[in-house]
Order: sequence, then structure tokens, then C-alpha cells
Amino acid sequence: MINSVEKLNENIAVCSKRLSDKLTGADGRRHIVLCGGTGCLSNNSKEIADKFRELLEEKGLFSKATVNQVGCFGFCSQGPFVKIYPEDTLYRLVSIDDVDEIIESDIINNKVVERLLYEEPSTGEKVSKQDDINFYKKQRRVALHGCGVIDPENINEALGEGAFKGLERALSMSRQEVIDEVLAAGLRGRGGAGFPTGRKWQFAYNSESDEKYVVCNGDEGDPGAFMDRSILEGNPLAVIEGMMIAGYAIGAQNGYFYVRAEYPIAVNRLKIAIMQAEELGLLGDNILGTEFSFRCHIRLGAGAFVCGEETALLNSIEGKRGMPRPRPPFPAVKGLWGKPTIINNVETLACIPYILRETAENFASVGTEKSKGTKVFALGGKVNNVGLVEVPMGTTLHELIYDIGGGIPNGKKFKAIQTGGPSGGCLTEEFLDEPIDFDNLVQKGSMMGSGGAIVMDEDNCMVDVAKFYMEFICDESCGKCSPCRIGTKRMLEILTRITEGSGTMEDLDALEELSRTVKNNSLCALGQTAANPIDSTLKHFRDEYIAHIVDKKCPSHVCKNLMEYYIDPDKCIGCGLCAKGCPVDCIKRTDYVAEGHKLASFAINSDACAKCGSCIGVCRLQAISKR
Amino acid sequence: MAKIQAAAAAKIAEICDRHKDENTPLMMILSDIQNEYGYIPLEVQEIVSQKTGISVAEIYGVVTFYSFFSLVPKGKYIIGCCLGTACYVKGAQQVIDKFSEVLKIQPGETTEDGLFTIDALRCIGACGIAPAVSINGKVYPKMTVSQVTEVVAQYLIAEEKMKEGETL
Repeated sequence: MINSVEKLNENIAVCSKRLSDKLTGADGRRHIVLCGGTGCLSNNSKEIADKFRELLEEKGLFSKATVNQVGCFGFCSQGPFVKIYPEDTLYRLVSIDDVDEIIESDIINNKVVERLLYEEPSTGEKVSKQDDINFYKKQRRVALHGCGVIDPENINEALGEGAFKGLERALSMSRQEVIDEVLAAGLRGRGGAGFPTGRKWQFAYNSESDEKYVVCNGDEGDPGAFMDRSILEGNPLAVIEGMMIAGYAIGAQNGYFYVRAEYPIAVNRLKIAIMQAEELGLLGDNILGTEFSFRCHIRLGAGAFVCGEETALLNSIEGKRGMPRPRPPFPAVKGLWGKPTIINNVETLACIPYILRETAENFASVGTEKSKGTKVFALGGKVNNVGLVEVPMGTTLHELIYDIGGGIPNGKKFKAIQTGGPSGGCLTEEFLDEPIDFDNLVQKGSMMGSGGAIVMDEDNCMVDVAKFYMEFICDESCGKCSPCRIGTKRMLEILTRITEGSGTMEDLDALEELSRTVKNNSLCALGQTAANPIDSTLKHFRDEYIAHIVDKKCPSHVCKNLMEYYIDPDKCIGCGLCAKGCPVDCIKRTDYVAEGHKLASFAINSDACAKCGSCIGVCRLQAISKR
Repeated sequence: MAKIQAAAAAKIAEICDRHKDENTPLMMILSDIQNEYGYIPLEVQEIVSQKTGISVAEIYGVVTFYSFFSLVPKGKYIIGCCLGTACYVKGAQQVIDKFSEVLKIQPGETTEDGLFTIDALRCIGACGIAPAVSINGKVYPKMTVSQVTEVVAQYLIAEEKMKEGETL
């Protein structure tokens, strides 16, 4: 039991030593850690870990090396990862067949397996240490503290990283002092809106009530964002500790985690972390020997994007349809079960222990004037280094996409980056040198959102992207208020019309008017931001809309009705592979024989073509293209 | 009511009791039933109503609101195609279309033999391996259109083998 500050510090001292012995090799053993995030697990990292254990036992090396699964390394496109301490050697794209070689070469003979090291694409150099990889160089881990280092299912490793030190300091302060500290740090909500966290706490603190609640919003619905999942999977105790500090500050005794049902691994690790904290007495009554008592509960979402909206989330916990409530009253006054409630995002809460442990001043030492600290981005789409990155606020989009993300694959041209998911907008090349912070992104026509950053290249049709987001919003609109329910449907119909080639120029005016109506009259943020992708694509890519409407062409060759597959008769050698694989039998031999070729070329009958694209993949001469 | 077997009714009652100390546990109850049986038909909602005192109308409203809850049984193999943005820009729509073509059902539907359901999923957070497809929890990374037929065939072959095993 850890029931006093002294006991906590004793435990932390022991655990820190154990963890640092592991990382530095002072315990005379080798430690093999594997990434246990969702991405790597689905690439068999668990099976690889089992194979390590099996082979180590077979070779009688169990006393010499340990095997552990940790949280997400962040560099998802290069997973699964295997890291070996104390040398800090990082192997990437490891498969189950590589295990034997790693043990024979590295563990037994201390010889690094060169071929599994990351190769920096710009220089072709092999890099053996994580910190030397360009992807990691500009990062600074605050919210992701401990992720990819500690075993998330072992509270002792979290204690070794200083877990509960933040809570310890908070409990030594008055509740108002804790709130002042969070205010001084300048922390703003990481879930999207960027509301100052300390002010939210102050409202709830000022509300008189016998019962108050802290709710952690883990309903990460922005398609393409997965930082909350990774934090919960990689260091769940940081979020629990953040929630406890929030509970202490506002005077709550119960906290609720609302997590998406799509994240089973995160939910399971959160459960384990809560259980272990309870066993040690770090959750429950009279925490660390003080008057403060706190308990954590978990509630699961059931697949409704709108539940990420705070009042809809509260309704969902209350067992109702997840529909938003009108505000005011704000949840800080009348929230869960009618009691004052604060709702903070996972990443926000994960920053809290850092602020209390390392001081507000330290936290605020990075960032821009009005956006302090760091932000985690889920970098995805058409970018070489797909993964999770945490950078100081104020980092430019260029640094994010090129220095960290490694640029666009296959020599394609950058077209736009969508930040803020379906509620955000796209930013084009002219904005690449803009620093990223809450206010600047809004000013440039997008928003921070939860931190999804999807890169698009010349092959992406922006009208199609706008349609994709509108389909999503239309599907997820809860139907409570009519501007959102009907307006999004009408906008989707127009976009569908345009992508099918039957749009008119009047449709563009109608889109703009609908966008204004839905934005100004919807009840919650889902509707108020629903038209952002349309607004920003119309602003930056109006020519693409016009090409669809006037020329009946999709410049990126994405919209099926407005493109066709075409065989260059002079390149085609008449092998017939494409015709063989065609599911609708629309490719036929012509009687044209190109100069120097023996067989007549093939041609596609566009009227019969299903536009499945099977042919383009099988042609060895790249004679087939889209136009 | 008569259609539900006594054992199932008892199990559902047990699920309701499991959460009786929680404040407003309806979502928890429904999640457990969905996980246990794969769907929540009206008859089951009636039992939940009797146990919790919440009206069937309200329970039905909740069941139909959330995409995880289903009124009809789903297939033995649930093919979840992630249509999150990262997967979408990398061709997830073509993958799900191909599944539809091969299985001759639309997303959300179940094949007549009760074997397959295609679900269009919201981001499953596996953006690093986009486009991702998850079949009964097993994730297939970086799916391509040309792999679809083969993946379906694998399940059909496994199913055949199972049947042979039964008849032997």
C-alpha cells in the first residue's frame, strides 16, 4: 500500500532505479521491448514477442534477456518495432522470421543486424538509435511521456517514470493554487476547441454542489486521429493521474472515462491501470494519507461520432441517445446527472501531471504566445512517415510534413493538408511556412481539431475529399436540429451531383448559402463546423469544382464518371494480360500493330468499363493510364 | 417473448443485474448483450425494460441510435472496412466496393448463408497500415483490391474444412 507521500517516494526511488538499470544495462541484462500499439499488434508484434520468449527459453538465455511489450513508438509506417536496451538499438519492419537472427547476432554475439535498421531516405544512411532518426529529432514528448518506454500494464514502470509526482505536488497545494498553476501553464483543450483548461476548472470549482464529476473524453472520432488511443495504450496512468488532479482541483470524487468501443486494447490497459492503482491505494479513500478520495469508472461508446461533443457524451453516459444539449447551462454548472462536471480530452489530461510535476513555467517554455506546450499530431495519408508526432506549438507545416514526415511518397506533388478532420479545412502549399497553433490555423481557414493531419497529393480529388467528409458528417449527424440534419444532406446531394458530372454552376452558390445556414444555426459544433471542408476546398480549389462542372473532367482522375482508363496503342505489346483479368470483359484486341511490335494492341471500351482499375496493376509496360 | 429460450432470458437478466449498482447503466447493459449475442432484438429489449424499468420505446431509441447495436443478427465473419480519412485517401473505398462485388451484398448487409457481414467502420486508428480491414478482430494491413477475393476464399475454405470435420 502506498498511503503516504513518504511511501510514494520510497516506491518511486526503487522503481526509478529498476527502470534506469534496465535502460542503461546496469542490471547486466539485455532488454527486448516491442511496440504494442494497435498498428504494430495488427502486424503480429505479439506473435513476434512470443517467438522471442520461445527462442530465448530454447537457447537457455532467459536469465540474460527479457521481453516486454510497451506502448506505441509512434512511427507506425515502419512497424513492428523491436528495441534492444541498453544499446538502444531500434529494429524496424521486423517479421517473425527475423527473430532468430536478432537473437543469434545481437543478443548472443553483440552484432547489430544491419539490414533491419532504419535507413534515412534522404541520405541512405543506416541509423541504429531512435533519437538519431529525423522523424524523432524535432519531437518533444510531453503528452506522450512514457509511451513506447514503459510497460503500460505494469504500474511499477510508470512509477519509475515519476507517475503520481504531479498528484503529490497538487495535494500539497490548495485547490485554487492547482487551478492557478494550470492557468499559468496556458494549457488549452487538446480535443479541438482550444478552450483554456484552467478556466474550465475554475467554473466548476466556483459551482456549489455536494457532488461534482470529472469526465475524460476518449471518444476520439476524428477519422485519421489516434493520439488519444496511443496515450491510453501507452501510458494510461498519466491520464488517470491527470484526472485525479482535476478532481482534486474542482472538488470531485468520481471520474468517468468515456472511451470508444473501437479501442479494445486501450480499454483493457486502462482497466488494468485502474485496478493496479486501486490495489496500491493510489485510487480510493484518503489518497496519500490526505482527505482527498477519488474513484475512476469506465464507460464505453457505441459508435457515434457526435458523442465526442461534450453534452452528447454526457447524455450517452446517462444511458440516452447521444444528442447534444443546448448550452447554457454549461456542464461546469449543470453536467453529468445535473451536477457540475468538467470534460477534458485524453491528451489534455495527459499534460496535467507534467505541468504539476515539472511546473507551469517549464510547460509554457515552448509554444507560441497564445498556444503553449506541445501538440500531438496523427500524420497520415500521402506522407512517407505515417505516425504519431508530438511537436512544440509553432512548428511549421513544412517541418511537420517534410522534416518529420519525410515528404510525399513516389515523387508526387503535395496538394493539401487537412487538419481538424471533418470539422477542419485544407491548407495548401502557400501556408506551408505557417506556424501551427490554435488561433493561426483558424485564421487560415482550418482548425487544430484533435490533431489529425492528413496529407493529400496530386492524385486526390478535392471535390471527392469534401464529399467524403460530408458523407461522414451526414451519417453522423444526430438529427436533433434541422439545419444540420437537412442541410448536410442537401450539401451531400450537391457534391454527389458534381462528382457524377451533373452539377451546375448554380450548385456552387447553393453550397455556399447552405454552408452559411448550417454553420450559423446548428445546435452543436458538429453542425457548426460541418461545412468547413467545403468552404476551404471551394476557396483553394474552385478550379477543380469548375473542371467537374464545366469540362466534365476530374483533374485527379478519381471521380469514376469523369475519368476513363486508356491504353496507349503504341506502348501496348498485345500480351493480353489486362484483358484476361478484366471482370467485365471490356478490353478487346484491335487491329492496330504498332511499329516494332508483333501483336496488335488492346483497347478499352469505356462504356462497358466498370473502372475497377484491375488492368492498370497488371500491365508491365505502364501502357494503361487514367485520363 | 415466447421465442426466447429460457436460458437466454436468464442470461440477459443476469447481464442487467451485473450493472445494477451503476448509475444509468443502460449503455453498459446493451453493450454486453451486443457482445454476447451479436444483436439486440425487440424481445430482448422487453426483458431489459422489465428489469430496469426503462420503457421499451426509450431502449429502442438508444439501440437504433448507436451503430454498434444491431437489431438483426450479423454474419459469422464480420468484415470491417475502415473508411477513416487516412484509409480513404489510400483507396479504402475501392476495397469495400470489391468486397461488396465479391459477396454480392452492400455494406451493412449479411450474406444469405449468414457467413459474412460487411461493415463500413469509422477510423479504427490503424492509420499507419492504411487501408486496414478487420475481420472478427484480425486486422489485415495495407489491403489492396486484388487481395480481396483471396481473403474471402480463405474464410470459405476454412468453413468447408469445418463442415467436413463435422460430417466425419
